[in-house]
Amino acid sequence: MFLITCPYCGEAREEQEFSYAGEALIKRAPLDSSDAEWGDYLFNRNNTKGPTLEQWQHTLGCRKLFMVERNNVTNDILAIKTFESLRSDS
Amino acid sequence: MKRLPPQPCERINRKQRLSFKWHGRWYSGFAGDTLASAMLVNDVTPVARSFKYGRRRGIMAAGVEEPNALVTLESGSHHHTPNVRATDAELYEEMQVQAASGVPSLEHDIRAWLKPLHRFMSAGFYYKTFKAPKNWWPWYEKGLRRFSGFSAAPSEPDAEHYDHQYHHADIAVVGAGPAGMAAALAAAQGGARVILLDERPAPGGEMVSDCATDQQARQWFEATRQALETQANVSILTRTTAYALHDYNLLLALERRQDHLALKARNPQHSRQRSHRIRARQVILATGSHERPLLFANNDLSGIMLASAVRRYLHEYAVLCGDEVVIAGNNDSIYVLASELLNAGVRPVVVDSRDSSLDTAALQQRGAVVRTNHAIIEAVGSSRVTAVRIAEIRQTGNRWDIVSLKETLPCNLVALSGGFSPVVHLDCHTGSRPVFSGEFQAFMPACDRPNRFVAGSVNAHPDWAGCRDDGMHAAASALAALALTPSSPAEKPRRKSLGTGPFLYLSHKPDKVFLDMQNDVKASDIAQAIAENYRSIEHIKRYTALGFGTDQGKTGNVNGIAVASAVTGIPMEQIGTTTFRPMYTPVTMGALAGEETGLLYDPQRFTPMQHSHVQAGAQFEVVGQWMRPWYFPQGDEDLHTAVARECQAARQSLAMMDASTLGKIDIQGPDARELLARVYTNAWAKLAPGKCRYGLMCDENGMIIDDGVTACVSDTHFIMTTTTGGAARVYAHLERWHQTEWPELRVCFTSVTDHWSTTAVVGPKARRLMEKICSDIDFSVEAFPFMDWREGTVLGVPARVMRISFSGELSYEINVQANYGRYIWDQVHEIGQAWNITPYGTESMHVLRAEKGYIIVGQDTDGSITPHDAGMGWAVARNKPYPFIGLRSLSRSDTARADRKQLVGLLTADPDTVLPEGCQLVRHPEDSAMLGHVTSSYHSPTLQRSIAMAVVRNGFALQGETIYARPVSGETLPVLIRDTNFYDAGKEQLDGER
Repeated sequence: MFLITCPYCGEAREEQEFSYAGEALIKRAPLDSSDAEWGDYLFNRNNTKGPTLEQWQHTLGCRKLFMVERNNVTNDILAIKTFESLRSDS
Repeated sequence: MKRLPPQPCERINRKQRLSFKWHGRWYSGFAGDTLASAMLVNDVTPVARSFKYGRRRGIMAAGVEEPNALVTLESGSHHHTPNVRATDAELYEEMQVQAASGVPSLEHDIRAWLKPLHRFMSAGFYYKTFKAPKNWWPWYEKGLRRFSGFSAAPSEPDAEHYDHQYHHADIAVVGAGPAGMAAALAAAQGGARVILLDERPAPGGEMVSDCATDQQARQWFEATRQALETQANVSILTRTTAYALHDYNLLLALERRQDHLALKARNPQHSRQRSHRIRARQVILATGSHERPLLFANNDLSGIMLASAVRRYLHEYAVLCGDEVVIAGNNDSIYVLASELLNAGVRPVVVDSRDSSLDTAALQQRGAVVRTNHAIIEAVGSSRVTAVRIAEIRQTGNRWDIVSLKETLPCNLVALSGGFSPVVHLDCHTGSRPVFSGEFQAFMPACDRPNRFVAGSVNAHPDWAGCRDDGMHAAASALAALALTPSSPAEKPRRKSLGTGPFLYLSHKPDKVFLDMQNDVKASDIAQAIAENYRSIEHIKRYTALGFGTDQGKTGNVNGIAVASAVTGIPMEQIGTTTFRPMYTPVTMGALAGEETGLLYDPQRFTPMQHSHVQAGAQFEVVGQWMRPWYFPQGDEDLHTAVARECQAARQSLAMMDASTLGKIDIQGPDARELLARVYTNAWAKLAPGKCRYGLMCDENGMIIDDGVTACVSDTHFIMTTTTGGAARVYAHLERWHQTEWPELRVCFTSVTDHWSTTAVVGPKARRLMEKICSDIDFSVEAFPFMDWREGTVLGVPARVMRISFSGELSYEINVQANYGRYIWDQVHEIGQAWNITPYGTESMHVLRAEKGYIIVGQDTDGSITPHDAGMGWAVARNKPYPFIGLRSLSRSDTARADRKQLVGLLTADPDTVLPEGCQLVRHPEDSAMLGHVTSSYHSPTLQRSIAMAVVRNGFALQGETIYARPVSGETLPVLIRDTNFYDAGKEQLDGER
């Protein structure tokens, strides 16, 4: 029941407006990867306890996806980043 | 028991008498009474039978911590309310009350007759006894449920309704005792917007008892109450229980708006209860504490109560719970009660387990008897307590011993105080664990989450003045966190001490020492669980059911932990507590749902043609949230007859269907075509404007997730259709891949499902009809081939006409702006009469498509079917420049196996047998290993026999062979495996009548 500040709408809104969209920054395995590598990409997740980097979508708002760094033990939100910010960094 | 003369701070209104009915007999009380106080005055006993042993129980507490006095209100009616605590139910006129327990009745309980067997019924009894044989489990369950000590669930619909309200507050204060009131006022005076909540009908909390005896307390209370009521920035919600505290200070509270009113006086326009969702920047928990009972044999007898409850009944309801009183305890609060009982004319015996150095000469002079270093070891009585046996005790290390058995004290009321457990529940809902304090002999709130404070009795302040000062201090801290300044400085007050002694467990007759009254958990059960090697308190809880009930062990849990500590020798702080989870007190389902019930919970969607369908007498089925015509019966036709007629019309002349519900996504942008190529398995590079293509969509795992036809409007503009139920999911799927994986694609999506409506005209004569209603499109086979679409004007309305087919017949789908949908439908229906046009619904649609072997995603596929498994390898383009989603997975060793479950057609040996969908398939009649299952199965009116589709292991290779179907009815039926295209394999029907 936490509050998420959508980086596009710029307002802290109820969690219910958003949808969790899985772990962020999972690198898509190349087409020529082995079955084991591809299976790892498809099925295995880090499932970290503590700070995690997640994707969230502002489903009932602007529908944009972005990244939330959240401590899944305390539900403290440590950072919120857009995917665009990632690209301008690199 | 008797009603005392008017008490200074009583809550009752003696001018207003109320009657209530308990088990068929009428009794009376006053307005302001709780059901419990009225029952006490009327000597109603027992009020309950215990959960496991059927023991007679009485009222033990005066608030929500009550474990015994559960009742059913308005039993069997539309107002039936199960498991209400008599102690916090306010009496109303003509309240109908039944005990929640008693099998078959409160007076005669079979469980009590089983007394000789009770010694076998210790912890784990049910697990061990009702274990075998396995097939008796349902009978055991049915039988045992009847014996459980709770109310029946309501059988009638709820007469009342519920709603939700949302709030934002600077500071929310939970509990309006002295700490909460002081905190709320100081916070408001400091300029904060404040919400103050309390579960009782009026503010004051336990302070009401102090006001009765302390002039200063009463003055402060009255002044503060008035100040709060006049303070504009404070909202006070009484009868409101904060039942959960979630992350970021989301406080959920239940307000009982009408429960205290007589049924006739309730306003049907108002909700019965309201769930408040409060987002507070700061939360101050002034939730108080619950007194603990003491541990001795038969401590569950009627007439044994918490000392604080005796005090509340005395001051708030002017009820003297007994006139021959023993007060026992391990802290100084018992002497306060003794003095107040003396004022009321009762001479109590005080049994203090400590070697108290308090000067009790004055009390003794007034007639009280005081025994220190003494404890009750056993209570005596059958239907209620008649005496207690006390003994001199001594503590050596952690061990308590009986030094000498002293005397038997006759009594009709025993008031107990085993110390106070802070109400830490809300503080723990976000994961904090309470911390044991030796000084206070209690688990204290950790209060380690941000923007949260505790104040008052929950913070171990035993007196009203300390609570008040602590409340003001908490308010000052909360204001500082909001960068506001309190109007007067507040210092952290020093705590007074009640000198609470250590937990006392004598292990005398442990199988009569009750810890959890509601679940009949005894000290011996804890010892047994430990003997059976349960170590964690969480496991001990689950094995013994300690703290399982509707009261969640408010009075019993900490004592249970103390017994576990005594038995194991592990200190309390290491044992810790079980997990506190919402709700603090039970919340009715209706309040959680609020107004979101029925259609407001699950809305219905209608196509623009809905009224025409209703007029035509359609039967509807729900698809996603859409109400779709299922079939259109004529006269007294049943489904089977109507579907036969509808299918025949589609195959032989002309039929029509409302296809408006299909999901439609408008895709535009220079890279729209590239996006389609990436999300669909097939090729899109060459699809020209005016053309349509069927696409299969897979997830990254290579499994089919959706299908549909996409039309090319221009190089940069496409209209995608999705399955009716999959529209939202597919839309989100596209967004997610676009935004996270392919942001470089210049493309955007718009959901246009509701913008368009679609009338499908189906059958050999479809061209005849189209030519009549649209003159600017050439409908000849040559000019308008299958899988093309044209823009034109149909009946004067701009339209996109697609020549696509989900039936195998010649079919045109007329897409118009949604507002014209019904006009087009009605006109087509009228003009089509020349060919006896027949509307059909989803059932005929399913039959027609199954005859052609067309899949329905979600019915013939289930998330484990690849395009190859579905026999649709032709729709997979492996050589696209950019790989589509799922491509790599299709060559994974497991996905590429030849013997996967594959979609095939089935024909039963008996043409009249229609296999049930979901029916299991086996290779040989004697096999039990499942080879697959039936996914679609119908009677085909066209073929005049049954047809089915199924997923079968290695099904493609088994074509032409006979396997066996095993419906739940028990037969074993031979079925022939074949391909899925049952009708018109040569596609001779596709162009219709030329």
